[in-house]
Amino acid sequence: MSTDTLAVQGLETALPTTLFRFATAGSVDDGKSTLVGRLLHDSKAILADTLDAVARTSADRGFGGEKGGIDLALLTDGLRAEREQGITIDVAYRYFATDRRSFILADCPGHVQYTKNTVTGASTADAVVVLIDARKGVLEQTRRHLSVLQLLRVAHVIVAVNKIDLVDFSESVFRDIEADVQQVGRELGLGRDELNAGGITDLSVIPVSALDGDNVVERSERTPWYTGPALLEVLETLPAADELESHLESFRFPVQLVVRPQGALAPDAVAAGLDVEAYRDYRAYAGQITEGSVKVGDQVSVLTPGQAPRTTTVVGIDFAGKSLEEAAAPQSVAVRLADEFDVARGDTIAAAGTVREATADLYAALCWLSPKPLREGQKVLVKHGTRTVQALVRSVSGKLDLASFKLEGASSLELNDIGHAQLRLAAPLPLENYLHHRRTGAFLVIDPLDGNTLAAGLVKDHPGDHEDERYSI
Amino acid sequence: MSTYLTEETTQVTDAAVSTRLSSLDTLESEAIHIIREVVAEFEKPALLFSGGKDSVVMLHLATKAFWPGKVPFPVLHVDTGHNFPEVIDFRDRTVERLGLKLVVGSVQEFIDRGELAERADGTRNPLQTVPLLDAIQQNKFDAVFGGGRRDEDKARAKERILSLRDEFGQWDPRNQRPELWNLYNGRHTVGQHVRAFPISNWTELDIWRYIERENIELPGLYYAHEREVFARDGMWRAVGEVSQPLPHEEVITKTVRYRTVGDMSCTGAVESDAYTVADVVVEVAASTLTERGATRADDRISEAAMEDRKKDGYF
Repeated sequence: MSTDTLAVQGLETALPTTLFRFATAGSVDDGKSTLVGRLLHDSKAILADTLDAVARTSADRGFGGEKGGIDLALLTDGLRAEREQGITIDVAYRYFATDRRSFILADCPGHVQYTKNTVTGASTADAVVVLIDARKGVLEQTRRHLSVLQLLRVAHVIVAVNKIDLVDFSESVFRDIEADVQQVGRELGLGRDELNAGGITDLSVIPVSALDGDNVVERSERTPWYTGPALLEVLETLPAADELESHLESFRFPVQLVVRPQGALAPDAVAAGLDVEAYRDYRAYAGQITEGSVKVGDQVSVLTPGQAPRTTTVVGIDFAGKSLEEAAAPQSVAVRLADEFDVARGDTIAAAGTVREATADLYAALCWLSPKPLREGQKVLVKHGTRTVQALVRSVSGKLDLASFKLEGASSLELNDIGHAQLRLAAPLPLENYLHHRRTGAFLVIDPLDGNTLAAGLVKDHPGDHEDERYSI
Repeated sequence: MSTYLTEETTQVTDAAVSTRLSSLDTLESEAIHIIREVVAEFEKPALLFSGGKDSVVMLHLATKAFWPGKVPFPVLHVDTGHNFPEVIDFRDRTVERLGLKLVVGSVQEFIDRGELAERADGTRNPLQTVPLLDAIQQNKFDAVFGGGRRDEDKARAKERILSLRDEFGQWDPRNQRPELWNLYNGRHTVGQHVRAFPISNWTELDIWRYIERENIELPGLYYAHEREVFARDGMWRAVGEVSQPLPHEEVITKTVRYRTVGDMSCTGAVESDAYTVADVVVEVAASTLTERGATRADDRISEAAMEDRKKDGYF
């Protein structure tokens, strides 16, 4: 195996990279697979043996005609089950890195169940790239995608106007599409939120040719009228969600489990000199910080369903033998508290005085992901943070028309529908509005019969509570 | 580029960048969260442990997740009977050091009982599925951690972090649960079990950088050493009891290392002068071949080799 001197030098001087998660969404035949293939290929994420296999298949299928070349879409070719049907059936995850960032790409197919796939990909994404075919412009599906992304609070949306080569790199075609995209953005109420709470905060529009690589990794000379960055440059410089959020939000820590080894200390830790006596009564609450940050000495409230919040002080933040003074989302740690409360999995530890009362009445937007429809009166399970409770669907109050952004009357929800519902929970939960809490405002609806996930739920304020009208979808 | 990004937002970003977790810390935190979720929600989890680098990293993450307590689940090894002896030795020392319970599923025993047939090509990797499912059933494991990564293969690219398996251990790629936010749904019925892949989002390079950063011990064959090898299928195959050269295959001594550690009968070595973990990080970063393409004969059988094995219950 050969090593490359340049790469070696680059590696030694590189700063630790950060992680950035993004998803792609598009309609049928807008060239999404080619764009993803282009990003992977031009960022050198495709290794020689994979490329050889793709080149062979491209040649077999007569790709490229006289020009030859490889079919980049094959780089994201998936399962045999998919090739047999000629469609992509599921979200695929891809990985590539530049000197600045490591990327996780959730490649969301646009054919069937696009809402399900887009919701899945967008739920963890820092940014989403939406494709538009330059010859077709903004389609109904583009509106649907942007509306789902707005609802799921994806901060950054990049619209890639693809196949710009097929409209002769026309500036006027691009500007028209750009104006249409911005109009949709205005209809959705984008970019008017000074607190960065809720919805898409920025919407970029870039002319690209995935097939030829224009403005994907490198800026193109064939679009001289476009002076902005290439797609990869945007992805490299956008702030990730946790950069924006963890410093603005209050501490939230759903307890996953209690670390209480009693006698059963780790033999390797003991061999390394762990003070067995000092750790005999060790008790800490393990979890991942979902929002905000915490310091030793902070006042916190322990939220247990059915009990009044109990306030205490953080006396230690431990991580695998290290004591930390401070930790922030998304770190996994173990927190020690001053008072010996009975704290268990499913409880939440939060910055004191920042949470409102737990409630058993859940008003939510539901993205329905199952072929089994939702009916009023149905019994379901709700998984929120580290707690799962039974729930009754009291009413469905409407269904969103994703193209017009209007709510229509409905009494049931079907696959790919997004609607409003009211649920009654068997135990009160510390629910928070998804607009301001992308983690503690999210929940799953689960079928108690077969355990399947039925819906992605976004907590809304109770009627009568102040809620920004713009987000009334 | 037209944008709505405001000046305020930009300033927040600048302040926050300096304190942001590195990608390795983010991946570590995600993996530990998943490991803890599975331990909290399942009755009887186990960790697949082969002594390979991915399973070693998994076990290291588990020790961090439950510190100062012991890792609260047993490890499970499906022994093909064709393992490298130094890897079995490493496995046993690791289990001893961490005070773990080891459960072994033996391919050899199944062959001896006539319940599995040796393949014509001699490779035993695909034969692991039956003993694996048997061990899961016998021990009533309801969740099994694996070190599978999505960057390894296109079938794995579509795998969930928690992947439901039916009574026959089968994976149904057309019918997977959507995985949303960091809320994992591990509900299953009697007879079903769940495969959990906490390091799904790690790449080979992430694994090596983490091994370097955490100073994690690995079996020695991951590093450059001299070995008697012969060329087959474009790979260097070690000479051993179950891996004998054919008359026309010349045996030579080369400086090699292994990028993956599996069954001796199908795992190839690569020529390398990477003697230390730092050398390996450099080598992997500059590598032009995928680890499975470079070293696994079983994945070269067809384009969908991994997909077919996974549907049958492979991990």
